[in-house]
Amino acid sequence: MTMSASQTVGPFFVIGLEHLYRADLTGAEVFGKAITVSGRVLDGDGKPVPDAVLEFWQADAEGNFGDGKIEAVGHGAATGFSGFARIPTDESGKFKLRTILPGGVAAGDGVEAQAPHLGVFIFMRGLLKPLYTRVYFAGGPGNETDPVLGLVPAERRGTLIARKGAARETFEWNVLLQGPKETVFFAW
Amino acid sequence: MSDSRPYRKIAEGTQPEYLHAAYASTVKRAPTQPLILLPHTKTELTGPVFGHSLIRPGDGDLTRQHAGEPLGERIIVSGRVLDEDGRGVSGALVEIWQANAAGRYLHKVDQHGAPLDPNFSGCGRAITDEQGSYRFVSIKPGAYPWGNHYNGWRPQHIHFSLFGAGLLTRLVTQMYFPGDPLLEFDPIYKSIADERARERLVSRFDWETTQPEQALGYRFDIVLRGREETPVERSR
Repeated sequence: MTMSASQTVGPFFVIGLEHLYRADLTGAEVFGKAITVSGRVLDGDGKPVPDAVLEFWQADAEGNFGDGKIEAVGHGAATGFSGFARIPTDESGKFKLRTILPGGVAAGDGVEAQAPHLGVFIFMRGLLKPLYTRVYFAGGPGNETDPVLGLVPAERRGTLIARKGAARETFEWNVLLQGPKETVFFAW
Repeated sequence: MSDSRPYRKIAEGTQPEYLHAAYASTVKRAPTQPLILLPHTKTELTGPVFGHSLIRPGDGDLTRQHAGEPLGERIIVSGRVLDEDGRGVSGALVEIWQANAAGRYLHKVDQHGAPLDPNFSGCGRAITDEQGSYRFVSIKPGAYPWGNHYNGWRPQHIHFSLFGAGLLTRLVTQMYFPGDPLLEFDPIYKSIADERARERLVSRFDWETTQPEQALGYRFDIVLRGREETPVERSR
């Protein structure tokens, strides 16, 4: 069998996807350093994209992916770290994720050790299939030897690395869909 | 325990390309730089798992979410979520959303001059059972106009969002209805180059699913990305 074809989420996805919107994965029982990652999504004209939805998937502070069981909205943080976030952009194309800094992922299954990162799917009207990319962190341990960053031409690598923000424990990462500074997207 | 086998390659033409000029919104949103081929690491081989408590009673019946019943042709949409080996995927989260019978979405951006239905929100969700089966009761969504091209109308469709086992099984698609004359004019449907792959997004009218005096039944099976046959050699 062949996997079913993808189609765009269109402009009205909030109707079906809102129940799982979750932008804060921190909580009293979640171990790790709380951070925020915020930014904007911009189209080929540099205009904000107000109708995108981003889904993040990440390891916990020790670099382990749980089976991240998510029972109900808002409950993940109280019962442990779920690792999954879903955030729509606002009118000005902005999003803001509050989470914990993931740990590096140990080597295994033929893959070298990986620097701390988030996996990100991006959906919007005009995307017939989602974009997949990653967010790394400025100064992150192991960025220099990360096997996935190493596949990216050096001059484009910066698009995957969130900059330190003005406030403590904040990071900024923008998604540029097109242009000379276009974000690196992966064929997945 | 997570499956450490990489995902299968995607067959040529069976998925849309990012840039499809006939669908105008792709032009400023499709990437223009080369994509980087991603190795499948733990990040991609694991993924969120959704528990049954996420689903509330009534989430699977879009005709019973309000005081009264929505207008329109009552339908049952059911099917199985499968992997590429044809095995049912149990525990898959299925989220759906759709327009009402008049072709209007309950959304501020939808200003189509068709009426809203106070008894219809157009949102449903389910988690597949042990055989990978799901079932929704709804009303048949109307076609609606869009500004993509002159006299453009989207064929009747229901949006589907799915999570299987592993991040890269993620799929968002649309289910269409058999015999819809708008399909061949729809640039979103036609963005899938392979005709057979396109036709797999068209549900099938089904007497077995149809309930006398109640609702017409449609079957819609969805195939999520599978894994390669043999486990990769572990090297540490």
